[in-house]
Amino acid sequence: MNILTDLFITFAKIGSFTFGGGFAMISLIENSCVSEKKWISHDELMNVTVLAQSTPGPIAINCATYVGYKKAGLIGAIVATIGMVLPSFLIILLISNLLDNFLEISWVQKAFMGIKLAVGVLILDAGITMIAKMKNKKALTVSILLLSFVAMLATNFFSLGISSIVIMLLAALISLSASLGGNR
Amino acid sequence: MIYIDLFLGFLKVGIFAFGGAYGAIPLIRDVVLSYGWITDDTLTYMIAVSESTPGPIMVNLATYIGSNQAGVFGALLATTAVVLPSFVIILLLTAILKNAMKNRYVKAVLMGLKPSIIGIILATGILMIFNRCINSNGINIKNALVTALLIAILYSSKYLLKKKLSPILLIVLSAFIGLLVF
Repeated sequence: MNILTDLFITFAKIGSFTFGGGFAMISLIENSCVSEKKWISHDELMNVTVLAQSTPGPIAINCATYVGYKKAGLIGAIVATIGMVLPSFLIILLISNLLDNFLEISWVQKAFMGIKLAVGVLILDAGITMIAKMKNKKALTVSILLLSFVAMLATNFFSLGISSIVIMLLAALISLSASLGGNR
Repeated sequence: MIYIDLFLGFLKVGIFAFGGAYGAIPLIRDVVLSYGWITDDTLTYMIAVSESTPGPIMVNLATYIGSNQAGVFGALLATTAVVLPSFVIILLLTAILKNAMKNRYVKAVLMGLKPSIIGIILATGILMIFNRCINSNGINIKNALVTALLIAILYSSKYLLKKKLSPILLIVLSAFIGLLVF
């Protein structure tokens, strides 16, 4: 298959199933772009995830743009991004024009209750896969992981209102100062 | 003119929407309400719709409001505007990062960011499962059982089929389980 067609179809498929924010989609990208198609490595996906989380815009879009660009340049980036956006574009267009009571349809509600639960499982699985594939297991790396984990849980349970951006910023600072200190 | 307003309004959302879908909602709300495109009630409804349809919330909202205000062309314009900033930023970063990756400061920053995001993702997954299965009334047994079933399906497939179930199949399966159970 032509790479552009392949990019378009693959991302349209991913775009049709990205429920529940960006993190759940990492599992989908890992499965199709890393394991199946081998378009990017796991480590590259980690880099893109970090980039995506530190720049504006949805992770889904950022990943599509990156993979598309890597495989087929600017045209690839455009095709992959359009593929990613098209399914939700069409669905919302349909809902906004035809269905005033989308959320009241009972089978939609029921199916979505199930999907909501799957989203949590997929995000957890993305995290577990990342740990399993972690090459760098230095004490500093592991401590940053644990601290970010605990900080994220704490901010939710005690409603501290610390955003994930702040946690990542601190992690970057710790790592940077450790590297500077280590070379003195 | 409505087309220019739509384009500029959603360009602003696309540029400043840091921190994932939920972080972006206050900004979206601000922009959308200031133009008077939809009411607060409709926005709340649309956020709920976005959560039950695939795709990033800000893209869904752009499509919806664009279509609502100026038809299919409006939807196209608003959606393009909301996607454009992240598209351009990633292209620029990819070009720059190739060389920057060799820089030891960039390396050090990435070495901190990677484990941090793993911790954040892990915590998000656990929180999501926890919030669905445990609420103020105690354990929601139905949700807890379905979650356990989904976890069992995902991980047993690794051993039974020698290959992990694709996440897409898990989502389709979960929708069917939802139809049967709820």
